Amino acid sequence: MIRFCTIAFLAMFAALPLRAEEVVAGLSQNRISITTNFDGSEILIFGAVKREATIPEGEPLEVIITVAGPSEPVVVRKKDRRFGIWINTAAVEVDSAPSFYSVATSAPWEEVVTDVEDLRHKISVTRAIRSVGAPSEVRNSETFTEALIRIREADDLYQTNINSVDVSQQTLFSTSVQLPANLTEGDYVARFFLTRGGVVLDQHETTIFVQKVGLERFLYNLAHEQPLVYGLLSLFIAIVAGWGASAFFRYLRG
Amino acid sequence: MQIYLPIAEVSVNAFLLLGLGGMVGVLSGMFGVGGGFLMTPLLFFIGIPPAVAVATEANQIVASSFSGVLAHLRRKTVDFRMGIVLLIGGLIGAALGVQLFNALKAMGQVDLLVRLSYVVFLGIIGGLMFIESLNAIRKTRAGAAPTRSKHTWMHNLPFKMRFRTSGLYISVIPPLVVGLLVGVLAAIMGVGGGFIMVPAMIYLLGMPTKVVVGTSLFQIIFVTAFTTLLHATTNFTVDMVLAVLLLVGGVIGAQVGTQIGTKLKAEQLRILLAIMVLAVCGKLALDLLLQPAELYSLGVGGHS
Repeated sequence: MIRFCTIAFLAMFAALPLRAEEVVAGLSQNRISITTNFDGSEILIFGAVKREATIPEGEPLEVIITVAGPSEPVVVRKKDRRFGIWINTAAVEVDSAPSFYSVATSAPWEEVVTDVEDLRHKISVTRAIRSVGAPSEVRNSETFTEALIRIREADDLYQTNINSVDVSQQTLFSTSVQLPANLTEGDYVARFFLTRGGVVLDQHETTIFVQKVGLERFLYNLAHEQPLVYGLLSLFIAIVAGWGASAFFRYLRG
Repeated sequence: MQIYLPIAEVSVNAFLLLGLGGMVGVLSGMFGVGGGFLMTPLLFFIGIPPAVAVATEANQIVASSFSGVLAHLRRKTVDFRMGIVLLIGGLIGAALGVQLFNALKAMGQVDLLVRLSYVVFLGIIGGLMFIESLNAIRKTRAGAAPTRSKHTWMHNLPFKMRFRTSGLYISVIPPLVVGLLVGVLAAIMGVGGGFIMVPAMIYLLGMPTKVVVGTSLFQIIFVTAFTTLLHATTNFTVDMVLAVLLLVGGVIGAQVGTQIGTKLKAEQLRILLAIMVLAVCGKLALDLLLQPAELYSLGVGGHS
């Protein structure tokens, strides 16, 4: 019992310096409205390190900021040549992949976080994707996850921005995250990690709400709640537009 | 000007969509094809999700076909009786086609099937039309009178009906079968089916080219309206904003196209359509034959 208490006490004591530095963070906006002329958005993310004592000696303070969109399962298919044509031959279902993921760091990757910490906190893009396992007949299933990342990186949906967080005086930090125009709705989670020597000292989480508003919201709701009305309305618009153009051109020709 | 599409959930340039709609509208008015076989691949190309592209395209075709058919009505080049017979076949075919589509989807490889049927049908139809219209042009140059359609086995079938506008007295079975087959293909390939319907009416039913375009448009309106409603109520994939942008361009284009169409000779019209069909076919065939730049593709997860 005494031994247990000692261990517990030691553990607490050891943990104390870890909490000595805490993140205080803010966003330029925590609500993004998708309007009809939505063309992507830039969020300014900033914060400071709160500490009771002086800045510790040794390894410099590093900051990692991630922004993740809502996760969903994705099927990755691979084409192969069969009978002279390229067809989908293999498919791997990735159980959960964020629709958007951005990582910003204040220094090169090896300096900000160790692999163990990355695995624990799921910081890098590769770790943020959860793939339980591929069907046994598919070899090299990791190439499918790589392909998923490659395709989404090409669309700016997955971003890894090394050295893009500015840290000044080991206290203030800021970065900006560019959200692309093809954003989906949902709650986006921004996470902040403070690290020293690759070890996470503190982390903080905040949510960014991305929502359609106005006409976008109205049409989306109508399409899902009253599909028949929506469908008929679509047809009505089509018929009116067709008739309108015809009548207009007849008028033009006199 | 960028515009965010509420159902497709992507942001695209509004003028690009207007332009695409207009271009396809011109072709639609000229040839009596809905233009879906051109527009749907184009929409994929600019990043619209395939399911949304197919469903929205159906809605847009309703508008351009309606605009086109009004112009043909005034010229009295719509054979209603033939249109209705084709339509009955078409609706039955579309319903069967959707069943077939779902069955193949459960087996996988539906994407390949769609592409292959595009290549095969566009190739056959384009090739046949091209050769036929070349011959026709050569014959008219040589001064020979165009041969009247021969008396074939089709004229011996029962349930004969008089199609006055087309100047035909034939059995209702061939048009019903044509409508049905086109309906099946239309549902599988996600298009109105005009590019198959038009040649079928000319070569199989022997209808005059002038009547064919209006009648095809008339039939397409109903088939695509049916498809739009099906997609809207089952998959929620009709994007109204996308449809409006496409159809504003499309209806204007269709009017212009109809004007151009009346000024061209029937053979010229057919050879142009043949070239266009062959070009799309060639593009799709190349996609299947050449190694794609990205071997992997993403699909929606969940067990579908």
